[in-house]
Amino acid sequence: MRHGKYPLIITFLVPPLILYGVFVLSPYLQAFQISTTDWLGFSADANSVGLDNFVRLFKDDYIWNALKNNAIMLAVVPVVTIALGLFFATMLNMGGRGGRAGVAGVRGTATYRLVYFFPQVLSVVIIAIIWREIYHPNAGLLNSALKAFGINGPAWLGDPRTAFWCVLAVMVWANVGFYVVLFGAAMQAIPKDIYEAALLDGASRSVTLRRITIPLLWDTVQVAWIYLAIAALDGFILVQQMTDGGPNFSSDVIGLRMYNTAFGTDTRFGYASAIGVVMFFLTLSVAVLALRASRRDRIEFS
Amino acid sequence: MATPAAGLLSSCAMGGGDDNDDASANQGEKTAENPFGVKADAPLEVVIFNGGYGEEYAKAHEAMYSEKYPNAKITHSSTQEISKTLQPRFVDGSPPDVVNNSGAGQIDPGGLVSQGALADLGPLLDAPSLDVPGKTVRDTLLPGVVDVGSYDGKFHVLNISYTAYGIWYSTKLFTDRGWEYPKTWDEHIALCRTIKAAGIAPWTYAGKHPRYMSWPVISTAVKLGGLDVAKNIDNLEPNAWKSEAMKTAADAWHQIVKDQFILPGTPGLDHVQSQTEWCRGKAALISCGSWIENEQKDVTPAGFDMAIAPTPSLGAGDKLPFEAIRGTAGEPFIVPAKAKNVPGGLEYFRTVLSMRGAKDFTQKVSALSVVAGAAEGATLPPGLTSVVKALDASGANGFNWVYNNYYRKLERELVDAACGEFFSGRIGPTEFLEQCQKGADMIAQDSSLKKYKRA
Repeated sequence: MRHGKYPLIITFLVPPLILYGVFVLSPYLQAFQISTTDWLGFSADANSVGLDNFVRLFKDDYIWNALKNNAIMLAVVPVVTIALGLFFATMLNMGGRGGRAGVAGVRGTATYRLVYFFPQVLSVVIIAIIWREIYHPNAGLLNSALKAFGINGPAWLGDPRTAFWCVLAVMVWANVGFYVVLFGAAMQAIPKDIYEAALLDGASRSVTLRRITIPLLWDTVQVAWIYLAIAALDGFILVQQMTDGGPNFSSDVIGLRMYNTAFGTDTRFGYASAIGVVMFFLTLSVAVLALRASRRDRIEFS
Repeated sequence: MATPAAGLLSSCAMGGGDDNDDASANQGEKTAENPFGVKADAPLEVVIFNGGYGEEYAKAHEAMYSEKYPNAKITHSSTQEISKTLQPRFVDGSPPDVVNNSGAGQIDPGGLVSQGALADLGPLLDAPSLDVPGKTVRDTLLPGVVDVGSYDGKFHVLNISYTAYGIWYSTKLFTDRGWEYPKTWDEHIALCRTIKAAGIAPWTYAGKHPRYMSWPVISTAVKLGGLDVAKNIDNLEPNAWKSEAMKTAADAWHQIVKDQFILPGTPGLDHVQSQTEWCRGKAALISCGSWIENEQKDVTPAGFDMAIAPTPSLGAGDKLPFEAIRGTAGEPFIVPAKAKNVPGGLEYFRTVLSMRGAKDFTQKVSALSVVAGAAEGATLPPGLTSVVKALDASGANGFNWVYNNYYRKLERELVDAACGEFFSGRIGPTEFLEQCQKGADMIAQDSSLKKYKRA
């Protein structure tokens, strides 16, 4: 049987590897090559310009402005999303203190779980369009509600002071549901008797969360952290659909810079590829850093 | 694995052949009847942007082409994503023969020209019109059509619909209230006060695409200072944005911001949302092009009777009369330089620009053709009727600018952002022009961008 193993492995492995090579690896490699050219994408003509694109990128204020926004997203989105996700998951799984024995969620857990997951079912574009209408300064849900209290709301997406934060809020909103489910599933795996013991000792909900749940959930939180960090470096679809980077570039992100450079107001594939290459390394470093920073000894429950 | 990957590297994205030997095979004999030398059986591939105008009008043009060349097989296709569909074919060196390069996903025309990817349409202009006796195609066109499609004096892009840019209002609202569209700036401000007192916002604009408001500002400046104001902007002349005329115009427009004549919340509206507020009677005036009637078709109340008007004159010192309006050709068509059937493409354009083709277009899509007189006898909706009238009144005083075609980023990103700051009141007129000028300087200093001169 032994000599028959390799043909079988090769038959199954080669087609996916070729597909991966052609559709994933080769475009990546090409992006590196293209980033050193002045290719405009209209013809096969391209001249090699060495690292000129990267030098230009370094001096491009609009890139730095977009990167600044991504940095804010990176600092805010994962923390807020994970905090909210943990909070909701805890409430849904062990928040109930109705005097009954045992560990249970708050009343209506099943409904909440369903509702939190709704945004996950919608496509990002739909989410962006829905929120664009919610933020509508005159007829939107938000300002209409504020008007009921006699407050004249701001123009939200039309005001550089609020536009970026409005998009960021939607980003958190769209992500939280998934992490509630993820954390919830992980919590189900934690033995109930640990919680019961804590209850008997009179631990409050927040102590239980801090001292028991989070340490036992650390692996999952770490994964969430990396996913969210990568998502925070992107943010392209929401920004493009909701504000297109405006007003006055206040909600611009690096992904939108790249898109607009290649397909939007500018058609410079070489330069856009250079932005893509920089994004690639940024995302990679952030993922590695997130892994490193959150590394802890794994706690096993037996 | 290494070998195929390496092969892909050299052949994929930027590869592509420049072997296009069969182009000459589609060259027939040039005669008076056939000025471009179309080969009667050469196939023709046409790709249409399926947007506001649909594709039916193009099918009619293709049928007319087939009448003359029944043996030519016409391949028709349509898409809403011209760039995504066709850019790979440009790179590959096998583009279609006729491309309706339009819509939000158009391929940047300035970039195409700079790469030599477009055929010279000059011969088309000098060819005799198909059905207007004694005239060349050039003679049948409305003013500005050649100008807007020309790069460094070469005609590369044929725009087939004529668009007027101005201020729009509902004649019903104005008649009901006894208001009259203002001819001078002072009248305009007085009217704004009246409108505001009546509980309606005098103005709104596309807050998320504030460049819509750059049009009335530049128009006001051109009418004050003459055509050179726009030409200097187009040619990226130093400090063109800070000319006296531009300063006076920006100062004037600043008043609608200062006096809060703009519908609150406008900066948060996109073009359709703001136009809808206008249709709902929340605002009285809005800046737009003649496509607005089509765009708002579904939400315009019956009897709204929208009409276009030129920007108000600043005063007696204006170089152009009040009637002067910005008119330009839109809906661009191109023939790629590497098309297999370039003569066929030119002949197709001659069909589009025949009186028959133009009249059919006007009737089918309710838009004006670039062929003069094609709207005669057509039944047009109220907005378009007002456009025809406004263009008639404007006549030879019509003006236009083209920097938005040469340097798309300048209008769509940089001037756009400056307009947003200016019309939401965060910056004053001086900073506004500074910011526009800064954008123009950035484009001017960018050695990687090809610069064009407007003739």
